[in-house]
Amino acid sequence: MSNASTPLRRFWAEFRENKVAVVALIVMIVMILLAVFASVVSPQNPYDLANLSLMDSRRPPGFVGSGGYTHVLGTDPQGRDLLSAIFYGLRVSIQIGLAAGFVSLTIGTTLGILAAYVGGRVEALIMRLVDLQLAFPAILLALVIVALLGQGKAQLIGALVVAQYAYFARTAYGAAKAERGKDYIEAALAIPLSARLVVMRHLLPNCTPPLIVVATVQIANSISLEATLSFLGLGLPVTEPSLGMLISNGFPYMMSGRYWISVYPGVALIILIVAINLVGDQVRDQFNPRLRK
Amino acid sequence: MSDLVLSVKDLATHFFTRAGVVKAVDGVSFDLVKGEIMGLVGESGSGKTVTGFSLLGLVDAPGRIVNGSVKLNGTELTTLPDADLRARRGREISMIFQDPIATLNPMLTISQQMRMAIDAHERLSKRAAEAQAAKLLTQVGIPSAAARLRGYPHEFSGGMRQRVAIAIALLHRPAVIIADEPTTALDVSIQAQILFQMRELAAEMGTAMVWISHDLAVVSSLASKLAVMYAGRIVEQGPTANLLRDPRHPYTAGLISSLPAMAKPGLPLHQIPGATPSLLSLPPGCPFAPRCERATKACDVAPDMTFANNRGWRCFHPVVEAKEAIA
Amino acid sequence: MSAFLSIDNVSRLFGPNLSTGEKIAAKLGGKVETRAVRAVSEVSLTVRKGETLGLVGESGCGKSTLGRLIAGILAPTSGTVLLDGAPVMLDGRKVTTRVQTVFQDPFASLDPRMKVGDTVSEGPIAYGLTTKADAKGYVANWFERVGLDPVWVDRYPHQFSGGQRQRVAIARALAMQPDVLICDEPVASLDVSIQAQIINLFLELTQDLNLTCVFISHDLSVIQHVSDRVAVMYLGRIVELGPVNQVFAASAHPYTDALFGSVPKLVIDADELVHFDTIEGEVPSPLSPPSGCYYHPRCPLATDICVATQPETQTVSDLRAVACHHFKTLMASYQ
Repeated sequence: MSNASTPLRRFWAEFRENKVAVVALIVMIVMILLAVFASVVSPQNPYDLANLSLMDSRRPPGFVGSGGYTHVLGTDPQGRDLLSAIFYGLRVSIQIGLAAGFVSLTIGTTLGILAAYVGGRVEALIMRLVDLQLAFPAILLALVIVALLGQGKAQLIGALVVAQYAYFARTAYGAAKAERGKDYIEAALAIPLSARLVVMRHLLPNCTPPLIVVATVQIANSISLEATLSFLGLGLPVTEPSLGMLISNGFPYMMSGRYWISVYPGVALIILIVAINLVGDQVRDQFNPRLRK
Repeated sequence: MSDLVLSVKDLATHFFTRAGVVKAVDGVSFDLVKGEIMGLVGESGSGKTVTGFSLLGLVDAPGRIVNGSVKLNGTELTTLPDADLRARRGREISMIFQDPIATLNPMLTISQQMRMAIDAHERLSKRAAEAQAAKLLTQVGIPSAAARLRGYPHEFSGGMRQRVAIAIALLHRPAVIIADEPTTALDVSIQAQILFQMRELAAEMGTAMVWISHDLAVVSSLASKLAVMYAGRIVEQGPTANLLRDPRHPYTAGLISSLPAMAKPGLPLHQIPGATPSLLSLPPGCPFAPRCERATKACDVAPDMTFANNRGWRCFHPVVEAKEAIA
Repeated sequence: MSAFLSIDNVSRLFGPNLSTGEKIAAKLGGKVETRAVRAVSEVSLTVRKGETLGLVGESGCGKSTLGRLIAGILAPTSGTVLLDGAPVMLDGRKVTTRVQTVFQDPFASLDPRMKVGDTVSEGPIAYGLTTKADAKGYVANWFERVGLDPVWVDRYPHQFSGGQRQRVAIARALAMQPDVLICDEPVASLDVSIQAQIINLFLELTQDLNLTCVFISHDLSVIQHVSDRVAVMYLGRIVELGPVNQVFAASAHPYTDALFGSVPKLVIDADELVHFDTIEGEVPSPLSPPSGCYYHPRCPLATDICVATQPETQTVSDLRAVACHHFKTLMASYQ
């Protein structure tokens, strides 16, 4: 009898071997922690108007402001400490990304598994809809929805969900169709166990690996999609700027030498997305044809 | 012994995996003369398939041949550079695999595939190559060979595909054919046809064969001598009838007596307790000892092959009389 | 002979798989050729309580499909399957748990993400044979009966060997306390030495629990060893039925005779160590079976009537039946 360990422990043992992925995971966790504890970690609350002084605006990195502390990354056009703004921006970006990702996952998986299990007309209808949706670029769909629904956090998440649920639906459908034909599903149905029990206890857990992979990639996509929308001014209101909005704020100043206002939020965004993608890559590779026993 | 086509000595092939070293083959020696058919018998994990692959130099990383020699018509294969090995593969030594679906390329016609096999070693015109292919297809029992050459693999049944695979293996009249469970995936009646055909062909062409199988009955219908493998080693070898009537190694004896055909209907079959050991962590000493009722302290040391009268066995406590085996 | 399990004129068709164009044509009244596969055709069988019926044949003969029909996994296109007088399926759904199945592939028939103990207990819990609280003990008990260490209930399938996984599959079927067990090639994927263990286990359990079994296999020596009676199938039809030794020793159907003859048999004491004969030709495609008797293209006894008419099932003796126009000729040749 071989290694007595849960699938999770085996997974982690293999994950650990890829140093790059482990570093990416650590970076990801650090950034999430910074985002969660933004109010604690930031030198200054950038949204407390009492703190701000227009005298401090557009100052370069290293400037010592009227609050008395060093603005490590400089200040933005409103006089906010850029480092703090980035932390708060991270929080918003990650929040949106996770929320949109989670809702898309739920809706997409339900539709995909339903289509695969029930078959017939239901399957045809759902999958044609999904195919149709996948034909449109995500950004286009998101723009249309935002234009229709207006601005706001919920509307933005709604737009991202509409743009992304189709990826989950298609992945869940493929996985469920493959598992549906397998012996252990037939064995469970042969007892007979109810369809509901079989789907929840057998089909769903075995479809999760590819869904986890899609989820990591899609969360990164949500974050970058939201950043794009915010950059275009269609994202969240100014009071809750995400990284995209920060980049947008600094854009007019790029040519006049005040690069830091756009660049540093941009770097933060890139690091976050790359870290998530690297972790997602490793997860995907591990779930791929398991050539080892 | 100018008739000697294949000579294998102390072959060892190990796989260096993340989990450890898997000693898939660890002590295989046998000789094969022209026209001789040898059966290599064993269960899963015994190392018989890896042995077959090692003979052709087809073992991929993380595995490699770590020891031993394989002499084909006098030439040592284990030290040959790739190009020379490829020149011999298909021409002097070829292989038939278990799954006929996987052996043939579904995108090419049979004619194209057979001509590719011919071109690898000979320069023939298209017409000449097709003629040779058709001749061989007829020899393996495929009717209307010339017409069937234009077909694709999916138009053939399983048995027919395996015949095509056999024909390809025979194209250059190799000295040795390694057949890795070629009839296991086929229906009983088709298996019978193929076995019959191969027996005839081997006799006609003087091809020597190593027939790898887990099925004692199938292999015994063809082979004049047998080698039984367990945990990477040959544990017993000798002439077929002699070996089956009078097995020396307890594993061979147990294997024969646990066949349903050997028992009275309804009564419990003789069973070998336990299961084959993991090749990652073999006990020192005889690998069969944990399951053997004859094992003693002496078996903590790995036994060497004892030879007598054309027979060989790797055991300190061989079965002396056939009756003891079924007890 | 009281029938515990009664299979009455059961047929199962697959398809026809019509393309959209063909469906439209059919709706409009055009002629469309049906490409249905008759996997099982007009099979009638009875199995007595406590008996083991072997179901044997080559690939494409329909034995697996018939097994699934009896187990209530597939619904017949026509005909009924009755257990103790009550139908196994109603409206395309299985309505009894008294028939359970052991599948061929021990690697595929267990959910890789579930602990084996949970896999074995989920059926019994769903049907009230045990409760969530008592499940562990219940499963441990069955594990012992199939020769597994009860400690292993919390392990995952990948941690077991092939033979052990098959024992888990047997435990799962038996934990539902069935009266009938359908075994679909349960030892085909296992090594010879493990086969013997599982076959012995099977014989012991069917005896102890007085189980009625349908044992499906392509391996004639296994069938001969475990079955009381055997049904031989060819292209979806039963060609011969009877006590296993009679059927193989003196077959009433030319196919049975040829099939049995083509298996290499190891007879250690005989002069010819291994003996076998060959059958001409190959099994026809189930999409286009021959006219009349399906076996006639390969049969040495075939005559005109065989090409024209499908043979009826006739009684050879009290326990034997055969579907052949010339069985009397064949049986006479044994004298």
